Amino acid sequence: MIDARGLSCPMPVLMVQREVKKNQPKTIEVLVDNMTAVGNITRFAASQHYEVRTEESAGDYRMTLWK
Amino acid sequence: MENTKKGFVGFLQRHWLIIVTGIVTGAAAVILSYLGNPANMGFCIACFERDITGALKFHSAAVVQYFRPEIVGLVIGSMCMALIKKEWRPQGGSAPFTRFILGMLVMIGALVFLGCPLRMVIRIGGGDVNALIGLAGFAVGILIGTVPLRLGFSLNRAYKQKTAEGLFFPILLVVLFILSLVTELFAKSTEGPGSMRAPWIAALLIALVVGALCQRSRLCMAGGVRDAVMFRDFHLVYGFLAIICTVVIGNLILGKFHFGMEGQPVAHTDGLYNFLGMALVGWASVLLGGCPLRQLILAGEGNSDSAITVFGFMAGAAVSHNFGLASSANGIGQGPVLWVLIAGFAILALLSVFNSKSQKA
Repeated sequence: MIDARGLSCPMPVLMVQREVKKNQPKTIEVLVDNMTAVGNITRFAASQHYEVRTEESAGDYRMTLWK
Repeated sequence: MENTKKGFVGFLQRHWLIIVTGIVTGAAAVILSYLGNPANMGFCIACFERDITGALKFHSAAVVQYFRPEIVGLVIGSMCMALIKKEWRPQGGSAPFTRFILGMLVMIGALVFLGCPLRMVIRIGGGDVNALIGLAGFAVGILIGTVPLRLGFSLNRAYKQKTAEGLFFPILLVVLFILSLVTELFAKSTEGPGSMRAPWIAALLIALVVGALCQRSRLCMAGGVRDAVMFRDFHLVYGFLAIICTVVIGNLILGKFHFGMEGQPVAHTDGLYNFLGMALVGWASVLLGGCPLRQLILAGEGNSDSAITVFGFMAGAAVSHNFGLASSANGIGQGPVLWVLIAGFAILALLSVFNSKSQKA
């Protein structure tokens, strides 16, 4: 689980990019706290051919990326 | 849900909001200049915050003092939209002093160039070739700034704050704005750029709309170049291009398009300083996570780190004018501009180094 809550742009998507480059995982779980990060990660995930599901819980956004 | 349609329709479905925001922002800039704001300065976050700094008498440059309603409109427009969309979130505590200093450096660089990144693209849309040199500097600054980002640069996390912390900045801004309307407390230019202004109600209403749209679309000049370089994501660049296209068309319709370097409104022709000023802006903006416009929008969303950054911009404006660092149409300032720019780059280098590697994913 990548916890990117409270981090400025573009740290959340950068953390996801690092994980993709390093491990090429089939599934990535990301926790963010703003819709800007959700949008950035969603666009990046699409460029890397991941599907994305976003669920809101207690003011945060739990994103699941999978291939 | 990510839209995966291909072709032009898919492109529009993915990017229509940022393009509409760019068109509206560009049109707003042209209209505000038509209504009285300085030419090629319908919107300029740096210039308008500098004018507010002068209105509050933190500097005494008589030609740039006016409490600009546009800044108030952008913040309140963002706040209203964030509240409607349930995205308003009081947050702060991420390296506030560092952000204040970065804000100062952004403003110092912007006033050497004579404009923030938003005004840079508006100047390009007016045919000002000097702004293209500024754009080159801005892009180089952002490229340099992406290096520490790749090496793990971070200003650490922000945390949830009390509601009062998120509301303080917008409320303060509104109170000061009302005071500027109903009292003679604040300075007001009678000549120069500060005396050139659109009617306040028009400026406020237009900025409210632009602020609301920027909150939804996350328009950010620094983010556009940064995302294109780091992620091959051109989403924000489309907003950037939409502003330029709209301003070009608007200026052509109004007969205000003048291509060239000489005689451009509120601009100088010193290419080296145009380049270096915007390089400082680009690098510092990347470390901040967004351009001056974006900082205002985030401050409206309840982010007190961005509110502190805005005060950093104002401190930078005061330093620029009090120490002769700000340029004018006559050229660069009479103060130690080159030394301050060198010091600024040195500070950015140190901040980049000392804030890298400490925070891993």
